[in-house]
Amino acid sequence: MSDITDSSTDGTTGEQARASWRFLKNHLREYGILFALIAIMAFFQVATGGILLRPVNLTNLVLQNSYIVIMAIGMLLVIVAGHIDLSVGSVLGFIGALAAVMIVNWEIPYLLAAILCLAAGALIGMAQGFWIAYFRIPSFIVTLAGMLVFKGLTLWLLAGQSVGPFPRQFQLISSGFLADPFNVEGINLLSLLIGLAVAAGLAGLAIRNRAAQARTGTPDEPMAFFAAKTLIIFVGIAYMSWLMAGFRGLPNVFIVMALLIAVYSFVTSRMTVGRRIYAIGGNEKAAMLSGINAKRLTFLTFANMGMLAALAGLVFAARLNTATPKAGAGFELDVIAAVFIGGASMAGGVGTVVGAVIGAFIMGVMNNGMSILGIGIDYQQVIKGLVLLAAVIFDVMNKNKG
Amino acid sequence: MATILEMRGITKEFPGVKALDRVNLKVEEGEIHALVGENGAGKSTLMKVLSGVYPHGSYSGDIVYDGEVQKFASISDSESRGIIIIHQELALIPLLSVAENIFLGNERATRGVIDWRTTEARATELLARVGLRENPKTPVGDLGLGKQQLVEIAKALSKDVRLLILDEPTSSLNEQDSEKLLSLLVEFRKQGVTSILISHKLNEISRVADTITVIRDGAAVSRLDCGDGISEDDIIRDMVGRSLDDRYPPRKPNPPGEIAMEVRGWTVHHSVQSDRKVVDDVSFHVRKGEVLGIAGLMGAGRTELAMSLFGRSYGRDISGEVEIGGRPADLSTVRSAINAGLAYATEDRKTYGLVLDDTIRHNVPLANLDAIADGAVVNRKREGEVAERYRKRLNIKSSSIEQETINLSGGNQQKVVLSKWLFADPDILILDEPCRGIDVGAKFEIYTVIRDLAAQSKAIVVISSEMPELLGITDRLYVMNEGRFVGEMPTAEASQEKIMARIIKTGERAT
Repeated sequence: MSDITDSSTDGTTGEQARASWRFLKNHLREYGILFALIAIMAFFQVATGGILLRPVNLTNLVLQNSYIVIMAIGMLLVIVAGHIDLSVGSVLGFIGALAAVMIVNWEIPYLLAAILCLAAGALIGMAQGFWIAYFRIPSFIVTLAGMLVFKGLTLWLLAGQSVGPFPRQFQLISSGFLADPFNVEGINLLSLLIGLAVAAGLAGLAIRNRAAQARTGTPDEPMAFFAAKTLIIFVGIAYMSWLMAGFRGLPNVFIVMALLIAVYSFVTSRMTVGRRIYAIGGNEKAAMLSGINAKRLTFLTFANMGMLAALAGLVFAARLNTATPKAGAGFELDVIAAVFIGGASMAGGVGTVVGAVIGAFIMGVMNNGMSILGIGIDYQQVIKGLVLLAAVIFDVMNKNKG
Repeated sequence: MATILEMRGITKEFPGVKALDRVNLKVEEGEIHALVGENGAGKSTLMKVLSGVYPHGSYSGDIVYDGEVQKFASISDSESRGIIIIHQELALIPLLSVAENIFLGNERATRGVIDWRTTEARATELLARVGLRENPKTPVGDLGLGKQQLVEIAKALSKDVRLLILDEPTSSLNEQDSEKLLSLLVEFRKQGVTSILISHKLNEISRVADTITVIRDGAAVSRLDCGDGISEDDIIRDMVGRSLDDRYPPRKPNPPGEIAMEVRGWTVHHSVQSDRKVVDDVSFHVRKGEVLGIAGLMGAGRTELAMSLFGRSYGRDISGEVEIGGRPADLSTVRSAINAGLAYATEDRKTYGLVLDDTIRHNVPLANLDAIADGAVVNRKREGEVAERYRKRLNIKSSSIEQETINLSGGNQQKVVLSKWLFADPDILILDEPCRGIDVGAKFEIYTVIRDLAAQSKAIVVISSEMPELLGITDRLYVMNEGRFVGEMPTAEASQEKIMARIIKTGERAT
């Protein structure tokens, strides 16, 4: 790492410490969320006597939260654009029902049915986004209506019954694992290798970015923080993949999730379209006067949300192996909570995909850990509610101070 | 006549600016006292000090009202002594009825229960006093602006007003409504109510006012008694009477280039009241290498003209033709206007110019993202270089390009907005109040950039309410008033008096 030159090396140690402190204060939120997740995991790891990070439980944790994470990615874009989508839980349920009716009742091939379901989800998103973007109907109202409409349509489609089971291949979306060509006893070597490759790749990317910043003379993150953060992420991913490799390997849905996180992180942070969505959420008038087509982008953001809710619907239906009229009830609240815990702002323009995903896992780890500890659903709700409130209070106080 | 109000040596400072500098104002009981001055001269600040918006302690000097030194801590303090201010933007709630509005915050109630019969009876009485024949149950939003103004006055009367302050009450009224309002003030004078009238319309002032105080650059420069046959020219001279010094970069004479943009018969209707023309049959042109000024008072329709040209960002029922580079231009959306070579830097940088929570790095390329992207992917290196280049070129004082624009001073924010449009590389750049609310040093830097752009044969249009600024940096001037262009002159032949005279002469004829 000799290519990294820290701009503050020529200062005295006192100045360095002060610069570090200032940096930490300015970026408390970004580090805070990561440390919060680590602290919560450590707490439950100890409190559950090591059950939390057992390979089987860790795998379960991923499977249980996959659909929340998938929807949180879409919701992050919606919230960054300055809107909200309350309909995602109902859309998830509706698409699950649609898949069940198509595959089980009408015997449409599962692959075709899945594609049709994703298209239906996108259409639902467009139908809502149309009113929000082009007629300026508040998204809260439009998607509240959508929530009721699709809850009703789910009931109608299923005629109040559960429909299932799905064919074996369809179930594999959720319950399948990455096949291992190496056949090593007791460990899924391919999964481990992929995990290590991703961990190394992320670290490499971070180091390259840092080097590029150093060349243009703008690295303001102190070296120690950068090294610690990169190391924690590397070790964390490597350790998780080792744990999961020891059980049955990486779940299919984990791969889907990881790809989505990578793609959407790239879209939001590096592509012009992402830049434009942040600009709209930050100041719609200024964005429009800069020649950005805010209406079309808002519309597309909702179409994307619909499609991701549909994907989550397929994952959820495959996991339960049945479509029930109750599927998805209340999920929108978990998704929205995850995005806000992850640092997004209600006013729009602020938030990251990775933050939203970490927010989803904070909620997921708490659900899982508290269930293992045998804490009743009543207390679980209270604690989750307080964590959400605390995260947002922390955000607001932190911002007011700055 | 007794003196009802005397403000002595009022000084009010904002960070970096002295808004009022030892201002004296003396108002006699039962007179109509006019307060005149250019935009930003300090009239509104003075009235905010008087009404307690800026509480005692935040200014220096004394307010003597009714023979006692007053220490108003809030508006309710001054209101309880009978000082009522009616702002230019009316403080009425459109969906509530006339009666509800009149007694808002001052409800006729016993133990929290509103007595509707008394409310309506009193409202009817007050409406009769201001000569408004309307049902007190009518929602205020259903009334025209002139009638709403009268409701505001009725509201003031309900609080037993002794000193009524009106901030440009007729600026958005037609002649008939203005006339009615002015005769009402004369009627009040007979009843012993004192009024302070802030206005730009000198013809109105010379008709009703007893005394005039002229404010300029935060100081009261003269007190004129209307009994002595004061002419409008005298008032104008006092309003603008300052000389131009070297606050402006030297002008290198540019040979006039070919016409960059030509606008013909541009008409725009108000975005809400669709029967009102805010821009009325305006035609003008600007040449390459020329700095063109558009002078006028606030509300003349200059911003509306610029924004409607820039991708129809304002107004409805827009008609007229625009040619850029001799060919008809498509300005139907902001994107197509930018592509046609037009750029518009807003007067309101916080609302329309910047994504405040975002960094300099992200704000500068916003209008031309494709230029820093490879396909659809932002090239962060090029983005950083662009932002850094403009940060240096415009001398944006900041820790780095990663600084959020919300933390920059007004002048530096303005430079970021300017950077954004320079990076979009327009042929015609419209700058709306480019130096509003920024310090002298930053002003000079921005003027220099404007002259540089002209030297690179860009066409620049500067909209400004500060006449010295227009005289200092432009080559040619149009004067706009009440939606129309009412004069055109080379800057070399222009003066503040000439411009003011144009505005006021047309103001008299306006319907």
